[in-house]
Amino acid sequence: MTTTDSAPGPGGVGTGAGSETAVELTVDGRSVSVPVGSTVLDACDAAGVDTPTLCYAENLTPVNACRVCVVEQDGSRTLIPSCSRRVEGGMDIKTDTERVRHSRKMVLEFLATGVDLSQADDLNRWAERYGADPDRYPAPQVIDEPVRIQDELYIRDYDKCVLCYKCVEACGDDAQHTFAIAVAGRGFDARIRTEFDVSLPDSACVYCGNCVAVCPTNALQFKTEFDLRQADNWRPGDHTVTRTVCSYCGVGCNLELHVQDETIVKVTSPADHSVTSGHLCIKGRFGWSYVHGR
Amino acid sequence: MADLHIGPATATETERAAVDRVVSATMGPAVVREAERLVRGGTERRSRRRHLLLPVLHALQNQAGWISPGGLNYACEQLQVPPAEAYGVATFYEMFRVDDPGHDDDVVHVCVDAACQIADAEAVIAALEAGGEHVHRSPCLGQCERPVARFVQGRAKPDSVPADEVVAPSAAVPQATDPAHAMSLRLLRRVGRADPTRLDSYIGAGGYKALTEAFRRGPAGVVAEVETAGLMGRGGAAFPTGFKWKSVAEAAGDQKYVVVNADESEPGTFKDRVLIENDPFAVIEAATIAGFATGADTGYIYIRGEYPLATSRLEGAIAQAREAGFLGDRIARSSFGFDLEVRRGAGAYICGEETALFNSLEGFRGEPRQKPPFPTTNGLFDCPTAINNPETLVNVLDIVIDGGAAYAALGTEKSAGTKLFCLSGHVKRPGVYEVEFGTTLGRLIDMAGGVDGELAAIMLGGAAGSFVGPDMLDLPLSFEAARNAGVSLGSGVVMAFNAGVDFGPVLTRLAEFFRNESCGQCVPCRVGTVRQHEVLVVCNGRPTDEHVALLEEIDLAMKDASICGLGHTAATAVRSGISLGLTGGQS
Amino acid sequence: MLWGSNAREAHPIFFHHLLKGLDNGARMYCVDPRRTSSAKFADAWLGLNVGTDIALANAVARHIISNDLHNKAFIEHATSGFDAFAEVVDAYTLDRAAEITGVPGSAIAELAEAYATAETAQILWTLGITEHHNAVDNVVSLCNLALLTGHVGRWGSGLVPLRGQNNVQGGGDMGALPDKLPGFQDITDPDARARFEAVWGFPVPPKPGLHLTLMFEAMKTKDLRAIYCIGENPADSEADVEHARALLRDLDLLVVQDIFLTRTAELADVVFPASVAWAEADGTVTSSERRVQRVRAAVPPPGEARDDIEIIGELARRMGVDWGNPTARELWDELRSLSPLHRGMTYERLESEGGLQWPCPDENHPGSPFLHGWLWADDLEGRDPAPFSVVEHAGPAEELTDEFPLRLTTGRALDSYNTGVQSGSIDSPIRYGNTIDLATTDAARLGIEDGETVRVVSPRGSVEMPVRVLDDLPDGLTFTTFHFPELVDVNVLTNDAWDKRSGTAEFKAASIRVEKLAEPSIDSDTTTSEPGSG
Repeated sequence: MTTTDSAPGPGGVGTGAGSETAVELTVDGRSVSVPVGSTVLDACDAAGVDTPTLCYAENLTPVNACRVCVVEQDGSRTLIPSCSRRVEGGMDIKTDTERVRHSRKMVLEFLATGVDLSQADDLNRWAERYGADPDRYPAPQVIDEPVRIQDELYIRDYDKCVLCYKCVEACGDDAQHTFAIAVAGRGFDARIRTEFDVSLPDSACVYCGNCVAVCPTNALQFKTEFDLRQADNWRPGDHTVTRTVCSYCGVGCNLELHVQDETIVKVTSPADHSVTSGHLCIKGRFGWSYVHGR
Repeated sequence: MADLHIGPATATETERAAVDRVVSATMGPAVVREAERLVRGGTERRSRRRHLLLPVLHALQNQAGWISPGGLNYACEQLQVPPAEAYGVATFYEMFRVDDPGHDDDVVHVCVDAACQIADAEAVIAALEAGGEHVHRSPCLGQCERPVARFVQGRAKPDSVPADEVVAPSAAVPQATDPAHAMSLRLLRRVGRADPTRLDSYIGAGGYKALTEAFRRGPAGVVAEVETAGLMGRGGAAFPTGFKWKSVAEAAGDQKYVVVNADESEPGTFKDRVLIENDPFAVIEAATIAGFATGADTGYIYIRGEYPLATSRLEGAIAQAREAGFLGDRIARSSFGFDLEVRRGAGAYICGEETALFNSLEGFRGEPRQKPPFPTTNGLFDCPTAINNPETLVNVLDIVIDGGAAYAALGTEKSAGTKLFCLSGHVKRPGVYEVEFGTTLGRLIDMAGGVDGELAAIMLGGAAGSFVGPDMLDLPLSFEAARNAGVSLGSGVVMAFNAGVDFGPVLTRLAEFFRNESCGQCVPCRVGTVRQHEVLVVCNGRPTDEHVALLEEIDLAMKDASICGLGHTAATAVRSGISLGLTGGQS
Repeated sequence: MLWGSNAREAHPIFFHHLLKGLDNGARMYCVDPRRTSSAKFADAWLGLNVGTDIALANAVARHIISNDLHNKAFIEHATSGFDAFAEVVDAYTLDRAAEITGVPGSAIAELAEAYATAETAQILWTLGITEHHNAVDNVVSLCNLALLTGHVGRWGSGLVPLRGQNNVQGGGDMGALPDKLPGFQDITDPDARARFEAVWGFPVPPKPGLHLTLMFEAMKTKDLRAIYCIGENPADSEADVEHARALLRDLDLLVVQDIFLTRTAELADVVFPASVAWAEADGTVTSSERRVQRVRAAVPPPGEARDDIEIIGELARRMGVDWGNPTARELWDELRSLSPLHRGMTYERLESEGGLQWPCPDENHPGSPFLHGWLWADDLEGRDPAPFSVVEHAGPAEELTDEFPLRLTTGRALDSYNTGVQSGSIDSPIRYGNTIDLATTDAARLGIEDGETVRVVSPRGSVEMPVRVLDDLPDGLTFTTFHFPELVDVNVLTNDAWDKRSGTAEFKAASIRVEKLAEPSIDSDTTTSEPGSG
């Protein structure tokens, strides 16, 4: 009998990425074909081009604020941010022109003049690639703030903050919807803040640590990492990372246990997993120390 | 939606009342307890109220002199906005403060940008401070024809502009009282002739004929005439208005908006203020036609927070127009409904950028959005939106009445119609002048009585424009001629500087302006504007060749990689001044 | 419809998915006695009286039917028993339901219309539905709504009970139910038993065992004299916990296998120190959405602690059966060979595909994002139609009296978990401790202030606790968590009335009174330890 609607499957609400239509474009002279809805960054990846990114993360909406991923598009007056721009058929993208190299160099140089990038390995690597020279600026203003240690779970060191917005997005409508932090102030004085800079325990923060997980410069650090670094004993090269499942409820969040000296020192979640998209709650993120009898 | 966490600080009685007045005048609070066991809230109610955040912050600032923690908490509770976000919005704007001022007095904002800077703003500030006033150094206040500009931020009373009490608005339009020119005015034809506070006076001066004509032509007919007219946007970008309207009209979606961008903040620009103060009904009628042509039923006029007279004239005019059936449902007994609301900015140059304006109006930080998508499909509240400058809109009235072809006959081949120019600085009769496109720069300066002293340079197009020398006086003022000369008409700024000006401080202040006004979102602009300013400070505005080379590199990155026009143009004027040799050495 | 669930705190990452839906324009109604942090995200919160879920559900059903909003084609095609159901719910008018539940009738009508007319709709619930003496009735009353509207068996619609532990579903998968073999095969089915016997090499008893609550009943009657307790802490978590402890003490033999010396372990004759299943051992777990995923050892277990498999194998050896030393993977492959639901889930696939949702009958099957699609198949895939169940409102087992006039309900807080054995290790800045939450109105009436320590008395005992005064609680309702048994023995208060079919106790509805302490505070006369402060 056919009196009822058929039962649509999950394909009915897919991203459309599975649709057969592909977009053809050129990246650095090479033809690439990517699904409709892809970004120029996806196309660059498909072409095997290593593109620097800072404010981009696969589990967050692109804010295209850092501009380190800019590329040159034939016919465009300005450079375009590859992380957010959707591909269009026939685009002619160039990723290594003088203009592109210049803007990337300047972005990296600008950041290095004002912020402590000592724990931002990717940025330092790219700064070297593009020949950034932060020492040529006369009397540059630098960000100078005390390290905020307000609890035992994580610290905030805004001297290292490049204002990539990732923490705000993770705290906000890309994941946690708590909105404990936001960008406050304007221009160079803009900072990540709680309201009136109240301490985190006095704010809306629920200590999911999703902000820490997306921070690209270690401005946000788990206290375990901070303490080990203070003791000069943070050795990421020695870490093993093991994927498992959180035990605190039935949702099935995947955890990555980062272990140093047979001790868990940090917990993350894979950004590409359908359950968490890389995000956790306070229990999954911080509820492990009992494993070590603490 | 959020886990709303409200801290312990509570609002005062008066702060609560200030917030309540705004919230209850509209849709009520975001959470209501309908019964003991039934509470309504949720994402939709909350997101539909978020746009009230800016008006609520204005109310708190005005009441308490700052956005106090208690006041912010109460506003956040009523609108269900997370306090950290509201704090982020409050700290974005020049007119709001989040620290206790410690007094109950008004605050006098004094302009320190170019036109006022060369009129010795610092002396005015010193005198005011000596008189016990609380002074705030402000970017351009849009009163360049009457330096040194002041704006008074009232405490528990309306904001005001001292000059408004002593000078009639029409005084800013010297042509209006000059018989040689008065009859040729089109955009300014009612200035000094119709009472801007009375609808009947506007109608008596030909008002609302255009709307009737628009109804006769139909939406597509109006769009076609505007396209035929070749009308280009007057806010600075010179985008074809007809194409914009057509795109909005054809965009998918039931809800569309008209936004009037009256956030006139480009240093040297004051034409929209003068136009609105003198002819508010014209802006309203034109916005209504825009709504009719594009299929929008709602419009917002986003006006600079520092324009209290223009704001009250608009509000008064809207009330009268609504009362008379020119706004609201079934306008003039047609089936077309349209209404308008005025929203005040709060001191942020960046909000003149259309997508930043949308964010500001929606109750978020005024940070520009990446384009594409464009406002014609994803504008205000993510709906198709026609956003136009007031001057642009007023052009539409004649286009609709006379037809696009007649309009296109005015001006030059590629720049149709007339244009308002803002003459200031060292000219004898500063003010807003209306001329046909193609009029030369020299002729325009002559109309303003010529230069006071020996002409050294002209800032053309505003702080985002560039300096030109006396050799450019023969430049015909049209989009195409400007483009060929490598300059921009921008928002119509023509600011003259005589040979007595020390350009070092002028260029340094220009750099400081952009540093202060950068929203901070993208790295090239956030840091680039600071590094540019630092170079100029170090050399007192007189850069060495090495400095010039660095400034050029900074400029290139800001031009190429910034999100919006602020970064793209933040170095243009400075670099043009340097290469003109205004600061001595020439690169 | 989030019904009896505070997922924002108890299932935070699931709630992220729900929030994405809200951002995309989904509407949400929250039915809960408390205006929880989850309820604050809802378009409307309906604050029903504790234990009146069936009255509300039946009234929703009646309103849907009387407004002709039910999916008649689906009902005809896929269900049975509609007429009897319609007849019973007909007594649940909006007025009567409002009287029972405390929720305005207009809101019940609105909920009914929103649910019935939505293109897709889900009912999500947790322990607010199941920790009642009539838990199964509560559940089927919600299932009825899905059958009535066709919001089941298709993508985007459905019935979603959220599981509280990472492997409570997996426990069922593996046959840790009194009447089931692994893969939910019936222990009374001789064919099923035969398949297992062939692999296991010994006879499987056909008689169903006891679930937890029946075990305690059997302890009471002294029919059950020995317990082997693995990873459970009933000496803290059982309702009417003093009684439960006495029963455990009275056993002939109590063996506890746990990672800590829990209060239950303290009562044991023998304790086997175990490893942490998700960090010190390999294996699989099954989540709420039937997704089977791998857990892996990241660190070695401390001291003498051993893997559960090893302990059980060693125990078997001492009892004279040598099972060898199987790996987790070998056991999993044995399970796959016996359970059709899991057959297609190789370790390799679980690894590469980020887990798989059963049923997954073969290695090419992609897994099943939702169940009950057969309801929409032309021939119902040969199954019987889904029956409507006739259920009536019963109310909490323990009625309010003049002596115990306040309703106590219990639940979780965001940063804590169950009896706190694990979550106690989090140095949480947001932990507020074990409070008794009082409505502002009740606190005012009792002259009690926020932060004050009071005595909470139920018919079973009393404890001292600090008070948290909340605007979000309706009159007459009190709330507490159960995360800090070492500080406050909340389950001294709770009622062990239980559902005969599910075996779940009525943690959600006790009756209490709250007394001001005489000053200065004196020791409580019953079981109270120190007043908890967190």
